[in-house]
Amino acid sequence: MNAPTTGVMPRPALVRAGEPLFTGNDWDFDTIRRIHDACEAIAGPELGLSWYPNQIEIITAEQMLDAYASIGMPLFYKHWSFGKHFAQHEAGYRRGLMGLAYEIVINSNPCISYIMEENTATMQTLVIAHAAFGHNHFFKNNYLFRQWTDAEGILDYLDFAKGFISRCEERYGHAAVEAVLDAAHALMNQGVHRYPRKKRPDLSSEQRRERERQEHQERMYNDLWRTLPARAKTDKPNLSVERRRALLELPQENILYFLEKVAPRLQPWQREILRIVRHVAQYFYPQRQTKVMNEGCATYTHYQIMTRLSETGRITEAAYLEFLQSHTNVIRQPTFDDRHYGGHNPYAIGFAMMTDIARIASEPTEEDRAWFPDIAGCRDPMGVLRDVWENYRDESFIAQFLSPRLMRQLRLFHVVDDPDRPELRVEAIHDERGYRRLRRAFARQYDVAWLDPDIEVVDVDLEGDRRLILHHKVLNRVLLQKEDAHRVLQHLADLWGYDVVLKEVDPASGTVLKEHNASARPTFF
Amino acid sequence: MHIIDRRLNPGGKSLANRQRFLRRVRDVAQRAVREAARDRDIRNIDKEASVTVPVDGVREPRFSRAPGTGVQDHILPGNKTYIEGDTIERPPRGQGGGGGGQAGEGGQDSEDSFQFMLTREEFLELFLEDLELPDLAKRRLAVVETPALRRAGYMVSGSPANLALTRTLRNSLSRRIALKRPKHEDLAALEADLAEAEARAPDAPETVALREEVARLRIRSQRIPYIDPIDLRYRRFEPYPRPVAQAVMFCLMDVSGSMTEHMKDLAKRFYILLHIFLVRRYKHVEIVFIRHTDHAKEVDEETFFGSRETGGTLVSSALVEMKRIVAERYNPEDWNIYAAQASDGDNVSSDSTTSQELLRGAILPACQHFAYLEVGDETGPRAGFVEHRTTLWRTYEPVAKANPVLAMRKVNHRRDIYPVFRELFARKAGQEQAPA
Repeated sequence: MNAPTTGVMPRPALVRAGEPLFTGNDWDFDTIRRIHDACEAIAGPELGLSWYPNQIEIITAEQMLDAYASIGMPLFYKHWSFGKHFAQHEAGYRRGLMGLAYEIVINSNPCISYIMEENTATMQTLVIAHAAFGHNHFFKNNYLFRQWTDAEGILDYLDFAKGFISRCEERYGHAAVEAVLDAAHALMNQGVHRYPRKKRPDLSSEQRRERERQEHQERMYNDLWRTLPARAKTDKPNLSVERRRALLELPQENILYFLEKVAPRLQPWQREILRIVRHVAQYFYPQRQTKVMNEGCATYTHYQIMTRLSETGRITEAAYLEFLQSHTNVIRQPTFDDRHYGGHNPYAIGFAMMTDIARIASEPTEEDRAWFPDIAGCRDPMGVLRDVWENYRDESFIAQFLSPRLMRQLRLFHVVDDPDRPELRVEAIHDERGYRRLRRAFARQYDVAWLDPDIEVVDVDLEGDRRLILHHKVLNRVLLQKEDAHRVLQHLADLWGYDVVLKEVDPASGTVLKEHNASARPTFF
Repeated sequence: MHIIDRRLNPGGKSLANRQRFLRRVRDVAQRAVREAARDRDIRNIDKEASVTVPVDGVREPRFSRAPGTGVQDHILPGNKTYIEGDTIERPPRGQGGGGGGQAGEGGQDSEDSFQFMLTREEFLELFLEDLELPDLAKRRLAVVETPALRRAGYMVSGSPANLALTRTLRNSLSRRIALKRPKHEDLAALEADLAEAEARAPDAPETVALREEVARLRIRSQRIPYIDPIDLRYRRFEPYPRPVAQAVMFCLMDVSGSMTEHMKDLAKRFYILLHIFLVRRYKHVEIVFIRHTDHAKEVDEETFFGSRETGGTLVSSALVEMKRIVAERYNPEDWNIYAAQASDGDNVSSDSTTSQELLRGAILPACQHFAYLEVGDETGPRAGFVEHRTTLWRTYEPVAKANPVLAMRKVNHRRDIYPVFRELFARKAGQEQAPA
C-alpha cells in the first residue's frame, strides 16, 4: 500500500481551474449531485468504466442497521435470524465496538447505493466513488455476476418472496413457516448450482410461474377424487439403479434443489420457500467468490477518482486529507502477530493487487516481465484492470496476478498445521522457491469450492425405507464440525421426511471415515 | 442518476424480525428481566435492559469443516524471521494457528454469546408476563377521577356569562363587511357634507342626491344591525373525567428476622406492580418506604429491601409513622394515598387493639386503598393455613370486613402476585375475602 499510483496513469494535463465541489463537512442534495457528476466525469472518460444507472439513497444510521440485518437488501422476507443480526449489530454499534459501513450497494439495475446522512461531504464523495462507480462497474461487468445474477429482476423477485412468505405465515402460521426457513437456511450453502445449466435464471418470471403453478393446482383439484378407490397396484417399475439415479439427477450437490424437486412429503408452499432460499443463495454466490476483487475494484476506483478530484482542485486539501485517513484505515492489514489480526483484509489485498497490476503495466521490473509477460509494460493499466475485473474471480485472480514483489511486500508465508506432527511447519515463504507454492496455497483460501465441504446427495433407497444417502468427500482429512453437521442433518431429515445418512468418505480409498444419522421429526407433517 | 431521501421512511423495518427473534430467545430474555427486577429499584423497573443470549440458543448451523482436524493451511502476512522448513510451536488450542486464517465461514459464529438491549416496552411486557399477565394496559383497573370541565369550541346558545365576545364581534364584522353596512365614519362624513350643502344650496340637485344617499345609507345601517343574534357565540364546555394528578404510595414492611429474602422478593414484586400501576394512572407518584420492627422508620429503598434486623415486631409503630408522614406531607385532600403492607403476619398480640384503632380511625379514611399482603414461604401455605391464622391476619380481618378500602391477601409464590394484585385493584365493592 506504499506505492500510490499518482503519476502512473497516463492523463490529460492537469487543470487546476476547478472550483471545489464543497467546502466544509456539510452537504445537500445539490452537492451530492455535483459530486456524482464530477465522479462520473472521471470514471467514464478517464477510467473507462461502465455501470448500471445509479440510484443514491440517503438513509439514517438506524436504517443502515436495518439494511445490514437483512443482508443489505432493501426488502427481504421476515425471519428471526435477521432480528438476531440486527440486535447484534445494534448492540455492537451502541457500545462503540463497531462502526457502521459507510455504504451498502446493491447489485441491481438501477444500482442502489445507500449512503448515511451522518457522513461528511468528503465521505459521501468517497462512498459515491467507491460504491456507485467501483462496485457498480464490477457488478455490471464481472462474468460471474453476468452469468448468475439477474440485476434487472432481483428487487421484483425479493418483493415477491417477501409477499409470498408473509402470505404463508398468514395461512400456515408463523411456526410452520419458520421451521421451513430455518431448515432451508441451514442448507443455504448447499443450495447453489456451481455450474451453469441449460437455462439462464430469470427471476422476473418466477412470480408468474408460481402463480401459474398455484392456479393449475387449484383447477385440477377436485374433492370428489378423494372418495375414489385407490387404483390397483400395477407392477412396480423395475428401474435399474443407474436409471433411477439419472431420473433423480443424482448425484446432486444442490441439496435444496433436490429437496424442492424430489422430497416426497413437502407441501407446494414449502417447496416454494426452498426455492426462494435457493434463489437468494444463488444470487449471493458470486459475491462470496469475489470479495477481494470486488472490494479491490471499488477501492482502486475510489482512490483514482479522489486523487484526480484533488489534483483538479475539485476537493479541498482538507477534504483530501480526510479521505486519505479513512482510505488508509480501510486498507490496513495487520500482521499475523498483531493483536488486531483477524485474517486477511479483502480491501487491503484487493487494493494492493490492483495497484500492483497497474504498476506492472506501466513500470515493470525485470522480474515482472518474466512473471507477467502479457501485461508487463503494456502501458494501459486501466485496460488490464478492466479485463481482470471482467474475467476473474478471487481464486483465479490471485493465482494469476499475485506478484512476487507483492508477496515480499506483504511478507506472506504459508504455515501448515498437520495434527499428526507436534509442531506447525512453515511450508513456504516469500522467496524464489516459495512464490509459486505460496500463491497457489493463497489462491485456494479464496476458492469456495475448496472451502465449502463437498457434499452430495448420492442415492435414495426407494425400495426400502426411502433413506436419503449423502456423501461428504473429505478433503485433507478435515471432517465436518460434528454438532453443526448434526443440526443441519436434522433439518435435512425434517425436510426429506424420512431418515437421512451422511457418510464422510475419503475420496482416495473410498473408506467411510464417519457416519451421521438423523430421523425426521414430525415438524412439517 | 437519482437521489432519493429515505430518511423519512418509516423506521423499524426490523421490528417484525425483532419480534420473531425475541420469541425465539424468550426464555433467556425472561430470565434477564427477572434478574433485573430483583436488582433494580422500583422507580427504574421499566427501563430498557440488556440481555445476554448464549449463541447456542440462536445458532444457525451450517455444514462446515471442523477446525483442528486434518491438515489446515494458513497463509499469513507479516513474516519477519521464518524461513522455509521452520517449525513453530503449536499455539494453545482454541484459536487455530496464529489467528485462524480464513477457514470457512468462521467469523461471527466463533462468538460465545452476545448482548442486546430490550426496549422499555419489551421489558415491561416480559416482566408482566412473568407475573402471568399478558398486558397490564388493557386490563381495566380502577381509575380514580374527578369530573371536570374543559373548553370545547363554541356554541350558538348559552348563558350571557359565557358569551365569547371576540368571536361574536369577529362574526359581526365579517357579516357587516359582507353585507356592506355603511361605516359609521363614512355616514358621519356624508352627513357633514349634507349639512354644509343644505346650508349653501338646499335645492341644488347635488344636495338632493346627497340627501337621498344619506337617507338610503341610514336605512341600510338600521336594516343591517351592528350585532345580530346570528353573530352570537358562547364558549362551550364539556365535562370530562380528570385523572387526579398525584399519588403517594406507602410501602410498609416488617423487616424483623423472620422475613426471608423470598418474602422480600414477593413484597418487592407487589410494590413494583403497584408502582407501575400508579405511574400509568398519575402524573406524579411518590414513594415512601417505612420499615419496622418494634419501632418504625422512613428509609430509602436500598435500606428498605436490603437490611434485616432483629427484635420484636410492633405493627402499630409503622402505622403511627405513616399517619405522621401523611399529616406532615400528604394532605388527603390533594393526594391519592395508597399503601401496601407486606408482612409474614407476626405481631405482638398486645398490639392488636392499637393497630385496629389506628387503621379504623386514621389510616383507612385517608387511603384510597390499603393492601395487606401476607407473604409466605415458597413451599406454599403451611398445612391448615385457614385454621392457623397469623396474629396480624386476625387483627386485620374484622376491619377489612367493615371497610372495603382494606384488602388482604396471602401470597406464597411469585406467580400469585399478579392475580392477587388484580383482585385487589379491581375494586369490587366491599367483598374482600381471603382466598380459599
